[in-house]
Amino acid sequence: MLNTKTVVAGLVVAMFSVAAGAAEVVVAQNSKSFKKDGAKIEKLSIKAGDSISFKNEDPFFHNIFSLSDLKTFDLGSYPAGESKSVKFDKPGVAEIECAIHPDMLLEVTVK
Amino acid sequence: MKMGPFAVKKLTTQIAVAVMGASMAFGVIAAGTLKPSEEDITKYLRPAAVPQPADNMMTPERIELGKFLFFDPRLSGSNFISCATCHNPSMGWSDGQPTAIGHGMGQLARSSPTILNTAYQSLMMWDGRFRSLEEQALGPIEDGGEMAQPMHELIPEIKAIPKYVQMFEAAYPGEGVSKEGIGKAIASFERSIVATDSGFDRWLKGVDTAMSDPAKRGFEIFKGKANCVACHSGFNFSDNGFHNIGLPDSKDDGRYRVKKVAVLKGAFKTPTLRDVALTAPYMHNGQYSTLADVVAHYNRGGDKNPGHLSPNMKPLNLSKAEQQDLVEFLKALTGDPLALTFPQLPVN
Ligand code: HEC
Ligand code: HEC
Ligand SMILES: [Cu+2]
Repeated sequence: MLNTKTVVAGLVVAMFSVAAGAAEVVVAQNSKSFKKDGAKIEKLSIKAGDSISFKNEDPFFHNIFSLSDLKTFDLGSYPAGESKSVKFDKPGVAEIECAIHPDMLLEVTVK
Repeated sequence: MKMGPFAVKKLTTQIAVAVMGASMAFGVIAAGTLKPSEEDITKYLRPAAVPQPADNMMTPERIELGKFLFFDPRLSGSNFISCATCHNPSMGWSDGQPTAIGHGMGQLARSSPTILNTAYQSLMMWDGRFRSLEEQALGPIEDGGEMAQPMHELIPEIKAIPKYVQMFEAAYPGEGVSKEGIGKAIASFERSIVATDSGFDRWLKGVDTAMSDPAKRGFEIFKGKANCVACHSGFNFSDNGFHNIGLPDSKDDGRYRVKKVAVLKGAFKTPTLRDVALTAPYMHNGQYSTLADVVAHYNRGGDKNPGHLSPNMKPLNLSKAEQQDLVEFLKALTGDPLALTFPQLPVN
Protein backbone atom coordinates (compact mmCIF):
# COMPACT_ATOMS: atom_id res chain seq x y z
CA MET A 1 0.00 0.00 0.00
CA LEU A 2 1.15 3.50 -0.80
CA ASN A 3 1.66 5.73 2.16
CA THR A 4 1.74 9.49 2.04
CA LYS A 5 5.51 9.52 2.33
CA THR A 6 6.08 7.53 -0.87
CA VAL A 7 3.55 9.65 -2.74
CA VAL A 8 5.28 12.81 -1.61
CA ALA A 9 8.66 11.33 -2.44
CA GLY A 10 7.34 10.39 -5.89
CA LEU A 11 6.04 13.89 -6.44
CA VAL A 12 9.34 15.37 -5.37
CA VAL A 13 11.15 13.09 -7.83
CA ALA A 14 8.71 14.01 -10.59
CA MET A 15 9.15 17.72 -9.89
CA PHE A 16 12.90 17.30 -9.75
CA SER A 17 13.02 15.59 -13.10
CA VAL A 18 10.97 18.41 -14.63
CA ALA A 19 13.35 20.88 -13.07
CA ALA A 20 16.27 18.84 -14.40
CA GLY A 21 15.02 19.59 -17.93
CA ALA A 22 12.48 17.00 -19.11
CA ALA A 23 10.44 19.56 -20.96
CA GLU A 24 7.24 19.45 -22.93
CA VAL A 25 7.58 21.30 -26.22
CA VAL A 26 4.33 22.43 -27.83
CA VAL A 27 4.25 22.00 -31.60
CA ALA A 28 1.09 23.30 -33.26
CA GLN A 29 -0.52 22.09 -36.47
CA ASN A 30 -1.55 25.36 -38.02
CA SER A 31 -2.34 26.16 -41.69
CA LYS A 32 -1.11 22.69 -42.63
CA SER A 33 2.34 23.39 -41.13
CA PHE A 34 4.15 22.47 -37.96
CA LYS A 35 4.62 25.64 -35.88
CA LYS A 36 6.50 26.47 -32.71
CA ASP A 37 5.76 29.79 -30.99
CA GLY A 38 3.85 30.86 -34.09
CA ALA A 39 6.65 30.24 -36.59
CA LYS A 40 6.78 27.42 -39.13
CA ILE A 41 9.40 24.76 -38.34
CA GLU A 42 10.75 21.81 -40.32
CA LYS A 43 13.38 20.74 -37.78
CA LEU A 44 13.31 20.55 -34.02
CA SER A 45 15.95 19.59 -31.48
CA ILE A 46 15.00 18.22 -28.06
CA LYS A 47 16.66 16.30 -25.23
CA ALA A 48 16.12 12.64 -24.42
CA GLY A 49 13.21 12.42 -21.99
CA ASP A 50 11.45 15.46 -23.43
CA SER A 51 7.92 15.25 -24.82
CA ILE A 52 6.31 16.97 -27.76
CA SER A 53 2.71 17.98 -27.43
CA PHE A 54 1.05 18.10 -30.86
CA LYS A 55 -1.73 20.66 -30.78
CA ASN A 56 -4.23 20.93 -33.62
CA GLU A 57 -5.03 24.58 -34.33
CA ASP A 58 -6.67 24.06 -37.75
CA PRO A 59 -10.42 23.84 -38.37
CA PHE A 60 -9.90 20.37 -39.86
CA PHE A 61 -8.28 17.12 -38.77
CA HIS A 62 -4.62 16.11 -38.74
CA ASN A 63 -3.14 12.69 -38.05
CA ILE A 64 0.40 12.87 -36.75
CA PHE A 65 2.50 9.71 -36.97
CA SER A 66 6.04 8.44 -37.28
CA LEU A 67 7.32 5.18 -38.70
CA SER A 68 10.92 6.04 -37.72
CA ASP A 69 13.15 3.41 -36.13
CA LEU A 70 13.65 5.74 -33.18
CA LYS A 71 9.96 6.04 -32.37
CA THR A 72 6.89 4.58 -34.03
CA PHE A 73 3.54 6.09 -33.13
CA ASP A 74 0.19 7.04 -34.63
CA LEU A 75 -1.76 9.72 -32.77
CA GLY A 76 -4.90 9.24 -34.86
CA SER A 77 -7.14 12.11 -35.97
CA TYR A 78 -8.27 14.78 -33.54
CA PRO A 79 -10.00 18.13 -34.00
CA ALA A 80 -9.03 21.74 -33.39
CA GLY A 81 -8.06 22.59 -29.82
CA GLU A 82 -6.98 19.08 -28.84
CA SER A 83 -3.41 17.96 -28.11
CA LYS A 84 -1.62 14.65 -27.80
CA SER A 85 1.81 14.19 -26.35
CA VAL A 86 4.68 11.86 -27.30
CA LYS A 87 7.73 11.22 -25.13
CA PHE A 88 11.14 10.69 -26.75
CA ASP A 89 13.37 8.58 -24.47
CA LYS A 90 16.30 7.72 -26.69
CA PRO A 91 18.66 9.91 -28.70
CA GLY A 92 18.39 9.78 -32.48
CA VAL A 93 16.38 11.27 -35.34
CA ALA A 94 12.67 10.79 -35.99
CA GLU A 95 10.81 11.85 -39.13
CA ILE A 96 7.34 12.99 -38.13
CA GLU A 97 4.55 13.28 -40.66
CA CYS A 98 0.86 14.00 -41.02
CA ALA A 99 -0.92 11.12 -42.74
CA ILE A 100 -3.62 13.36 -44.16
CA HIS A 101 -1.32 16.15 -45.40
CA PRO A 102 1.91 14.63 -46.74
CA ASP A 103 3.55 18.07 -47.15
CA MET A 104 3.67 18.37 -43.36
CA LEU A 105 7.08 17.05 -42.28
CA LEU A 106 9.06 17.57 -39.09
CA GLU A 107 12.51 16.18 -38.39
CA VAL A 108 13.03 15.76 -34.66
CA THR A 109 16.58 15.31 -33.37
CA VAL A 110 16.71 13.86 -29.86
CA LYS A 111 20.04 14.57 -28.10
CA MET B 1 -25.69 23.30 -88.49
CA LYS B 2 -23.19 26.12 -88.32
CA MET B 3 -25.92 28.56 -87.41
CA GLY B 4 -27.01 26.45 -84.44
CA PRO B 5 -24.66 27.42 -81.64
CA PHE B 6 -24.49 30.99 -82.86
CA ALA B 7 -28.25 31.39 -82.78
CA VAL B 8 -28.41 29.84 -79.33
CA LYS B 9 -25.75 32.19 -78.07
CA LYS B 10 -27.60 35.19 -79.39
CA LEU B 11 -30.80 33.99 -77.80
CA THR B 12 -29.06 33.50 -74.46
CA THR B 13 -27.77 37.04 -74.61
CA GLN B 14 -31.24 38.33 -75.29
CA ILE B 15 -32.65 36.38 -72.39
CA ALA B 16 -29.85 37.58 -70.14
CA VAL B 17 -30.54 41.16 -71.09
CA ALA B 18 -34.26 40.66 -70.54
CA VAL B 19 -33.69 39.04 -67.16
CA MET B 20 -31.31 41.79 -66.14
CA GLY B 21 -33.85 44.37 -67.15
CA ALA B 22 -36.58 42.60 -65.24
CA SER B 23 -34.52 42.20 -62.09
CA MET B 24 -33.50 45.84 -62.24
CA ALA B 25 -37.10 46.87 -62.69
CA PHE B 26 -38.27 44.77 -59.76
CA GLY B 27 -35.25 45.64 -57.65
CA VAL B 28 -34.10 42.03 -57.32
CA ILE B 29 -30.57 42.40 -56.03
CA ALA B 30 -30.18 39.29 -53.91
CA ALA B 31 -27.45 37.86 -56.13
CA GLY B 32 -25.76 41.22 -56.52
CA THR B 33 -25.02 41.11 -52.81
CA LEU B 34 -22.94 37.96 -53.27
CA LYS B 35 -19.65 39.61 -54.12
CA PRO B 36 -16.27 37.96 -53.54
CA SER B 37 -14.72 39.03 -50.25
CA GLU B 38 -11.09 40.14 -49.95
CA GLU B 39 -10.43 36.74 -48.36
CA ASP B 40 -12.00 34.90 -51.31
CA ILE B 41 -9.79 36.82 -53.71
CA THR B 42 -6.55 36.05 -51.89
CA LYS B 43 -7.52 32.41 -51.34
CA TYR B 44 -8.86 31.49 -54.76
CA LEU B 45 -7.24 33.69 -57.40
CA ARG B 46 -5.10 31.56 -59.69
CA PRO B 47 -1.34 32.18 -59.41
CA ALA B 48 0.38 33.54 -62.51
CA ALA B 49 3.21 30.99 -62.56
CA VAL B 50 3.66 27.27 -61.97
CA PRO B 51 6.34 25.83 -59.70
CA GLN B 52 9.23 24.23 -61.64
CA PRO B 53 12.10 22.05 -60.44
CA ALA B 54 15.53 23.69 -60.72
CA ASP B 55 16.90 20.78 -62.77
CA ASN B 56 14.08 20.89 -65.32
CA MET B 57 13.04 24.48 -65.91
CA MET B 58 10.47 24.84 -68.67
CA THR B 59 11.70 25.91 -72.10
CA PRO B 60 9.68 26.00 -75.36
CA GLU B 61 11.85 23.15 -76.72
CA ARG B 62 11.18 20.93 -73.69
CA ILE B 63 7.44 21.61 -73.72
CA GLU B 64 7.29 20.89 -77.46
CA LEU B 65 9.19 17.60 -77.16
CA GLY B 66 7.02 16.59 -74.22
CA LYS B 67 3.90 17.32 -76.23
CA PHE B 68 5.10 15.11 -79.10
CA LEU B 69 5.86 12.26 -76.69
CA PHE B 70 2.55 12.70 -74.86
CA PHE B 71 0.59 12.25 -78.08
CA ASP B 72 2.80 9.57 -79.66
CA PRO B 73 1.30 6.04 -79.43
CA ARG B 74 4.71 4.59 -80.33
CA LEU B 75 5.56 5.08 -76.66
CA SER B 76 3.47 1.95 -76.04
CA GLY B 77 4.29 -1.69 -76.70
CA SER B 78 1.35 -1.96 -79.08
CA ASN B 79 2.22 1.37 -80.79
CA PHE B 80 -1.46 2.04 -80.26
CA ILE B 81 -1.82 3.74 -76.88
CA SER B 82 -0.49 7.20 -76.06
CA CYS B 83 -0.72 9.15 -72.84
CA ALA B 84 -3.51 11.06 -74.59
CA THR B 85 -5.53 7.87 -75.03
CA CYS B 86 -6.39 8.01 -71.33
CA HIS B 87 -5.62 11.70 -70.78
CA ASN B 88 -7.56 13.03 -73.76
CA PRO B 89 -7.53 16.85 -74.08
CA SER B 90 -10.96 16.73 -75.71
CA MET B 91 -12.36 15.07 -72.59
CA GLY B 92 -10.90 17.25 -69.87
CA TRP B 93 -7.59 15.31 -70.09
CA SER B 94 -9.38 12.16 -68.92
CA ASP B 95 -11.15 9.40 -70.85
CA GLY B 96 -14.81 9.29 -69.89
CA GLN B 97 -14.39 5.72 -68.62
CA PRO B 98 -15.25 4.64 -65.05
CA THR B 99 -11.79 3.06 -64.87
CA ALA B 100 -9.08 3.22 -67.52
CA ILE B 101 -8.72 0.81 -70.44
CA GLY B 102 -5.09 -0.14 -71.05
CA HIS B 103 -2.88 -2.55 -72.97
CA GLY B 104 -4.84 -5.25 -74.80
CA MET B 105 -8.11 -3.49 -73.87
CA GLY B 106 -7.59 -4.62 -70.28
CA GLN B 107 -9.55 -2.70 -67.66
CA LEU B 108 -7.49 -1.05 -64.92
CA ALA B 109 -8.57 -0.74 -61.31
CA ARG B 110 -8.66 3.05 -61.16
CA SER B 111 -10.01 5.94 -63.20
CA SER B 112 -7.78 8.23 -65.25
CA PRO B 113 -7.42 11.55 -63.45
CA THR B 114 -7.03 14.80 -65.35
CA ILE B 115 -3.47 16.06 -65.83
CA LEU B 116 -4.72 19.66 -65.57
CA ASN B 117 -2.89 21.58 -62.82
CA THR B 118 -0.78 18.57 -61.83
CA ALA B 119 2.05 21.14 -61.77
CA TYR B 120 0.69 22.28 -58.41
CA GLN B 121 0.51 18.80 -56.87
CA SER B 122 3.18 17.53 -54.52
CA LEU B 123 2.33 13.83 -54.94
CA MET B 124 0.97 12.06 -58.03
CA MET B 125 -1.65 9.30 -58.44
CA TRP B 126 -4.77 8.56 -56.41
CA ASP B 127 -2.50 7.08 -53.73
CA GLY B 128 0.33 9.61 -54.08
CA ARG B 129 2.97 7.00 -54.82
CA PHE B 130 5.03 9.22 -57.16
CA ARG B 131 6.83 12.30 -55.91
CA SER B 132 7.13 14.23 -59.18
CA LEU B 133 5.76 14.49 -62.69
CA GLU B 134 9.19 13.44 -63.99
CA GLU B 135 9.04 10.19 -62.01
CA GLN B 136 5.36 9.62 -62.81
CA ALA B 137 5.73 9.95 -66.59
CA LEU B 138 7.95 6.88 -66.81
CA GLY B 139 5.49 4.75 -64.83
CA PRO B 140 2.72 4.17 -67.39
CA ILE B 141 5.13 3.56 -70.28
CA GLU B 142 6.64 0.46 -68.71
CA ASP B 143 3.54 -0.61 -66.76
CA GLY B 144 2.30 -3.88 -68.27
CA GLY B 145 -1.35 -2.90 -67.84
CA GLU B 146 -1.02 0.58 -69.30
CA MET B 147 1.41 1.03 -72.21
CA ALA B 148 3.56 -2.10 -71.79
CA GLN B 149 6.69 -0.72 -73.44
CA PRO B 150 10.06 -1.71 -71.90
CA MET B 151 12.44 1.28 -71.87
CA HIS B 152 15.30 -0.68 -73.49
CA GLU B 153 13.08 -1.16 -76.54
CA LEU B 154 11.66 2.35 -76.57
CA ILE B 155 14.99 4.25 -76.55
CA PRO B 156 16.30 2.68 -79.81
CA GLU B 157 12.86 3.16 -81.41
CA ILE B 158 12.98 6.89 -80.69
CA LYS B 159 16.66 7.15 -81.68
CA ALA B 160 15.74 5.77 -85.10
CA ILE B 161 13.53 8.81 -85.78
CA PRO B 162 15.86 11.71 -86.78
CA LYS B 163 13.37 14.43 -85.91
CA TYR B 164 13.16 13.14 -82.32
CA VAL B 165 16.97 13.03 -82.05
CA GLN B 166 17.04 16.71 -83.08
CA MET B 167 14.27 17.60 -80.64
CA PHE B 168 16.03 15.89 -77.72
CA GLU B 169 19.24 17.75 -78.62
CA ALA B 170 17.37 21.07 -78.66
CA ALA B 171 15.61 20.34 -75.37
CA TYR B 172 18.41 18.69 -73.40
CA PRO B 173 21.67 19.47 -75.23
CA GLY B 174 24.35 16.77 -74.99
CA GLU B 175 22.14 14.31 -73.11
CA GLY B 176 21.02 12.25 -76.09
CA VAL B 177 17.76 10.31 -76.10
CA SER B 178 17.45 9.02 -72.54
CA LYS B 179 14.89 7.69 -70.13
CA GLU B 180 15.40 10.74 -67.90
CA GLY B 181 14.94 13.04 -70.88
CA ILE B 182 11.63 11.38 -71.75
CA GLY B 183 10.36 11.84 -68.20
CA LYS B 184 11.58 15.44 -67.99
CA ALA B 185 10.15 16.49 -71.37
CA ILE B 186 6.72 14.99 -70.67
CA ALA B 187 6.72 16.64 -67.22
CA SER B 188 7.53 20.01 -68.83
CA PHE B 189 4.59 19.64 -71.20
CA GLU B 190 2.27 18.66 -68.35
CA ARG B 191 3.33 21.73 -66.35
CA SER B 192 2.12 23.84 -69.28
CA ILE B 193 -1.38 22.35 -68.95
CA VAL B 194 -2.87 24.68 -66.39
CA ALA B 195 -6.44 25.76 -65.79
CA THR B 196 -7.72 28.72 -67.79
CA ASP B 197 -10.12 31.41 -66.56
CA SER B 198 -13.53 30.07 -65.58
CA GLY B 199 -16.70 31.95 -64.73
CA PHE B 200 -15.63 31.71 -61.10
CA ASP B 201 -12.25 33.37 -61.84
CA ARG B 202 -13.90 36.19 -63.77
CA TRP B 203 -16.36 36.71 -60.93
CA LEU B 204 -13.43 36.90 -58.48
CA LYS B 205 -11.90 39.55 -60.73
CA GLY B 206 -15.03 41.64 -60.46
CA VAL B 207 -17.30 40.60 -63.36
CA ASP B 208 -20.48 40.12 -61.39
CA THR B 209 -22.38 38.43 -64.23
CA ALA B 210 -19.66 35.85 -64.87
CA MET B 211 -21.30 33.46 -62.39
CA SER B 212 -25.00 32.67 -62.19
CA ASP B 213 -26.94 33.33 -58.99
CA PRO B 214 -27.24 29.60 -58.18
CA ALA B 215 -23.47 29.22 -58.64
CA LYS B 216 -22.79 32.16 -56.31
CA ARG B 217 -25.06 30.62 -53.69
CA GLY B 218 -23.33 27.30 -54.32
CA PHE B 219 -19.95 28.87 -53.52
CA GLU B 220 -21.30 30.05 -50.15
CA ILE B 221 -22.53 26.50 -49.42
CA PHE B 222 -19.19 25.06 -50.59
CA LYS B 223 -17.32 27.23 -48.05
CA GLY B 224 -19.96 27.15 -45.34
CA LYS B 225 -22.71 24.64 -44.64
CA ALA B 226 -21.16 21.84 -46.73
CA ASN B 227 -17.56 22.59 -45.65
CA CYS B 228 -16.13 21.19 -48.87
CA VAL B 229 -13.16 23.50 -48.24
CA ALA B 230 -12.01 21.26 -45.38
CA CYS B 231 -10.39 19.26 -48.21
CA HIS B 232 -10.96 21.08 -51.53
CA SER B 233 -9.09 24.21 -50.43
CA GLY B 234 -7.33 27.02 -52.29
CA PHE B 235 -7.28 28.01 -55.96
CA ASN B 236 -6.74 24.40 -57.08
CA PHE B 237 -9.50 23.14 -54.80
CA SER B 238 -7.23 20.52 -53.26
CA ASP B 239 -5.33 20.25 -49.99
CA ASN B 240 -2.97 17.75 -51.68
CA GLY B 241 -4.11 15.46 -48.88
CA PHE B 242 -5.59 11.97 -48.50
CA HIS B 243 -9.02 11.19 -47.11
CA ASN B 244 -11.46 8.32 -46.88
CA ILE B 245 -14.74 9.84 -48.02
CA GLY B 246 -16.82 6.68 -47.67
CA LEU B 247 -16.81 5.03 -51.08
CA PRO B 248 -17.71 1.36 -50.76
CA ASP B 249 -14.60 -0.04 -52.45
CA SER B 250 -13.28 -3.07 -50.60
CA LYS B 251 -10.59 -4.00 -53.13
CA ASP B 252 -8.55 -0.79 -53.05
CA ASP B 253 -6.80 0.35 -49.87
CA GLY B 254 -5.64 3.58 -51.54
CA ARG B 255 -2.94 5.52 -49.71
CA TYR B 256 -2.58 2.73 -47.10
CA ARG B 257 -0.59 0.79 -49.72
CA VAL B 258 2.05 3.51 -49.57
CA LYS B 259 1.91 4.42 -45.85
CA LYS B 260 0.68 1.90 -43.32
CA VAL B 261 -1.19 4.30 -41.09
CA ALA B 262 -4.71 3.29 -40.01
CA VAL B 263 -6.39 6.52 -41.12
CA LEU B 264 -5.19 5.94 -44.68
CA LYS B 265 -7.19 2.75 -45.31
CA GLY B 266 -9.45 3.64 -48.22
CA ALA B 267 -8.02 7.17 -48.36
CA PHE B 268 -7.37 8.74 -51.76
CA LYS B 269 -5.92 12.04 -52.89
CA THR B 270 -8.21 15.06 -52.96
CA PRO B 271 -8.55 15.80 -56.69
CA THR B 272 -8.68 19.32 -58.14
CA LEU B 273 -12.20 20.48 -58.95
CA ARG B 274 -11.14 22.72 -61.82
CA ASP B 275 -12.83 21.61 -65.06
CA VAL B 276 -14.52 18.87 -63.02
CA ALA B 277 -17.71 19.13 -65.11
CA LEU B 278 -15.66 17.77 -68.04
CA THR B 279 -14.29 14.64 -66.38
CA ALA B 280 -17.21 12.37 -65.48
CA PRO B 281 -17.44 9.66 -64.24
CA TYR B 282 -16.13 10.61 -60.81
CA MET B 283 -13.96 9.21 -57.99
CA HIS B 284 -10.97 6.82 -58.12
CA ASN B 285 -13.29 3.98 -59.11
CA GLY B 286 -15.54 6.04 -61.37
CA GLN B 287 -18.63 5.07 -59.42
CA TYR B 288 -20.61 8.29 -59.96
CA SER B 289 -21.66 9.47 -63.40
CA THR B 290 -22.90 12.97 -62.51
CA LEU B 291 -21.95 15.81 -60.20
CA ALA B 292 -25.45 15.58 -58.70
CA ASP B 293 -24.63 11.98 -57.65
CA VAL B 294 -21.40 13.21 -56.06
CA VAL B 295 -23.17 15.95 -54.12
CA ALA B 296 -25.82 13.46 -52.97
CA HIS B 297 -22.98 11.24 -51.70
CA TYR B 298 -21.62 14.06 -49.56
CA ASN B 299 -25.09 15.06 -48.45
CA ARG B 300 -25.66 11.66 -46.87
CA GLY B 301 -22.20 11.78 -45.28
CA GLY B 302 -20.70 9.09 -47.49
CA ASP B 303 -21.26 5.35 -47.33
CA LYS B 304 -19.78 2.56 -45.24
CA ASN B 305 -16.47 1.04 -46.29
CA PRO B 306 -13.83 -1.11 -44.60
CA GLY B 307 -11.60 1.86 -43.71
CA HIS B 308 -11.96 4.83 -41.38
CA LEU B 309 -14.34 7.45 -42.69
CA SER B 310 -12.79 10.92 -42.47
CA PRO B 311 -14.17 12.77 -39.43
CA ASN B 312 -14.83 15.66 -41.82
CA MET B 313 -17.54 13.56 -43.46
CA LYS B 314 -21.00 13.83 -41.94
CA PRO B 315 -24.56 14.25 -43.23
CA LEU B 316 -25.00 17.81 -44.48
CA ASN B 317 -28.80 18.22 -44.50
CA LEU B 318 -28.74 20.23 -47.71
CA SER B 319 -32.06 20.90 -49.37
CA LYS B 320 -32.61 19.85 -52.99
CA ALA B 321 -32.16 23.49 -54.04
CA GLU B 322 -28.91 23.79 -52.08
CA GLN B 323 -27.57 20.63 -53.71
CA GLN B 324 -28.41 22.04 -57.12
CA ASP B 325 -26.66 25.31 -56.27
CA LEU B 326 -23.55 23.34 -55.29
CA VAL B 327 -23.60 21.55 -58.65
CA GLU B 328 -23.94 24.90 -60.46
CA PHE B 329 -20.90 26.16 -58.57
CA LEU B 330 -18.86 23.11 -59.60
CA LYS B 331 -19.86 23.75 -63.22
CA ALA B 332 -18.72 27.37 -62.90
CA LEU B 333 -15.17 26.04 -62.40
CA THR B 334 -14.94 25.03 -66.07
CA GLY B 335 -12.28 27.13 -67.78
CA ASP B 336 -12.20 28.40 -71.35
CA PRO B 337 -11.09 25.77 -73.88
CA LEU B 338 -7.31 25.55 -73.94
CA ALA B 339 -5.60 26.92 -77.04
CA LEU B 340 -3.55 23.91 -78.05
CA THR B 341 -2.01 22.93 -81.36
CA PHE B 342 -1.71 19.22 -81.91
CA PRO B 343 1.71 17.90 -82.88
CA GLN B 344 2.29 16.47 -86.31
CA LEU B 345 4.27 13.40 -85.33
CA PRO B 346 7.33 12.45 -87.37
CA VAL B 347 6.57 9.28 -89.35
CA ASN B 348 10.10 7.92 -89.38
C1 HEC C 1 -4.25 3.13 -69.92
C2 HEC C 1 -4.61 4.46 -69.53
C3 HEC C 1 -3.47 5.40 -69.19
C4 HEC C 1 -2.38 5.73 -69.96
C5 HEC C 1 -2.01 5.19 -71.31
C6 HEC C 1 -1.65 6.73 -69.22
N1 HEC C 1 -2.29 7.00 -68.04
FE1 HEC C 1 -1.79 8.41 -66.71
N2 HEC C 1 -3.11 7.66 -65.42
C7 HEC C 1 -3.99 6.64 -65.68
C8 HEC C 1 -4.61 6.21 -64.44
C9 HEC C 1 -5.64 5.10 -64.31
C10 HEC C 1 -4.04 6.99 -63.41
C11 HEC C 1 -4.31 6.86 -61.93
C12 HEC C 1 -3.60 5.62 -61.45
C13 HEC C 1 -3.48 5.45 -59.96
O1 HEC C 1 -3.80 6.38 -59.22
O2 HEC C 1 -3.03 4.39 -59.53
C14 HEC C 1 -3.12 7.91 -64.07
C15 HEC C 1 -2.41 8.92 -63.41
C16 HEC C 1 -1.62 9.85 -64.06
C17 HEC C 1 -1.08 11.04 -63.47
C18 HEC C 1 -1.30 11.51 -62.04
C19 HEC C 1 -2.36 12.54 -61.96
C20 HEC C 1 -2.70 12.92 -60.55
O3 HEC C 1 -3.57 13.77 -60.38
O4 HEC C 1 -2.13 12.38 -59.61
C21 HEC C 1 -0.35 11.69 -64.43
C22 HEC C 1 0.41 12.98 -64.29
C23 HEC C 1 -0.41 10.87 -65.61
N3 HEC C 1 -1.22 9.78 -65.36
C24 HEC C 1 0.27 11.12 -66.78
C25 HEC C 1 0.41 10.17 -67.78
C26 HEC C 1 1.42 10.23 -68.83
C27 HEC C 1 2.47 11.30 -68.97
C28 HEC C 1 1.23 9.13 -69.61
C29 HEC C 1 2.04 8.68 -70.83
C30 HEC C 1 3.45 8.46 -70.58
C31 HEC C 1 0.08 8.42 -69.07
N4 HEC C 1 -0.36 9.07 -67.94
C32 HEC C 1 -0.48 7.30 -69.65
C33 HEC C 1 -4.26 6.12 -66.92
C34 HEC C 1 -3.38 6.19 -67.97
C1 HEC D 1 -12.84 14.83 -46.16
C2 HEC D 1 -12.32 15.51 -47.32
C3 HEC D 1 -13.31 15.94 -48.39
C4 HEC D 1 -14.44 16.70 -48.26
C5 HEC D 1 -15.00 17.31 -46.99
C6 HEC D 1 -14.99 16.84 -49.57
N1 HEC D 1 -14.23 16.16 -50.49
FE1 HEC D 1 -14.65 15.95 -52.45
N2 HEC D 1 -13.15 14.59 -52.60
C7 HEC D 1 -12.27 14.24 -51.60
C8 HEC D 1 -11.49 13.10 -52.02
C9 HEC D 1 -10.40 12.44 -51.20
C10 HEC D 1 -11.95 12.74 -53.30
C11 HEC D 1 -11.49 11.53 -54.13
C12 HEC D 1 -12.07 10.31 -53.45
C13 HEC D 1 -11.86 9.00 -54.15
O1 HEC D 1 -11.89 8.95 -55.39
O2 HEC D 1 -11.68 8.00 -53.44
C14 HEC D 1 -12.99 13.71 -53.65
C15 HEC D 1 -13.67 13.73 -54.86
C16 HEC D 1 -14.57 14.71 -55.23
C17 HEC D 1 -15.14 14.86 -56.53
C18 HEC D 1 -14.83 13.98 -57.74
C19 HEC D 1 -13.69 14.55 -58.52
C20 HEC D 1 -13.17 13.64 -59.59
O3 HEC D 1 -12.40 14.14 -60.43
O4 HEC D 1 -13.46 12.44 -59.59
C21 HEC D 1 -15.97 15.94 -56.50
C22 HEC D 1 -16.78 16.51 -57.65
C23 HEC D 1 -15.95 16.45 -55.14
N3 HEC D 1 -15.08 15.68 -54.40
C24 HEC D 1 -16.69 17.53 -54.69
C25 HEC D 1 -16.85 17.81 -53.33
C26 HEC D 1 -17.87 18.68 -52.80
C27 HEC D 1 -18.90 19.44 -53.63
C28 HEC D 1 -17.74 18.66 -51.45
C29 HEC D 1 -18.61 19.33 -50.41
C30 HEC D 1 -19.99 18.88 -50.41
C31 HEC D 1 -16.62 17.81 -51.14
N4 HEC D 1 -16.11 17.31 -52.30
C32 HEC D 1 -16.15 17.55 -49.85
C33 HEC D 1 -12.18 14.85 -50.37
C34 HEC D 1 -13.19 15.61 -49.80
CU1 LIG E 1 -2.38 17.35 -41.44
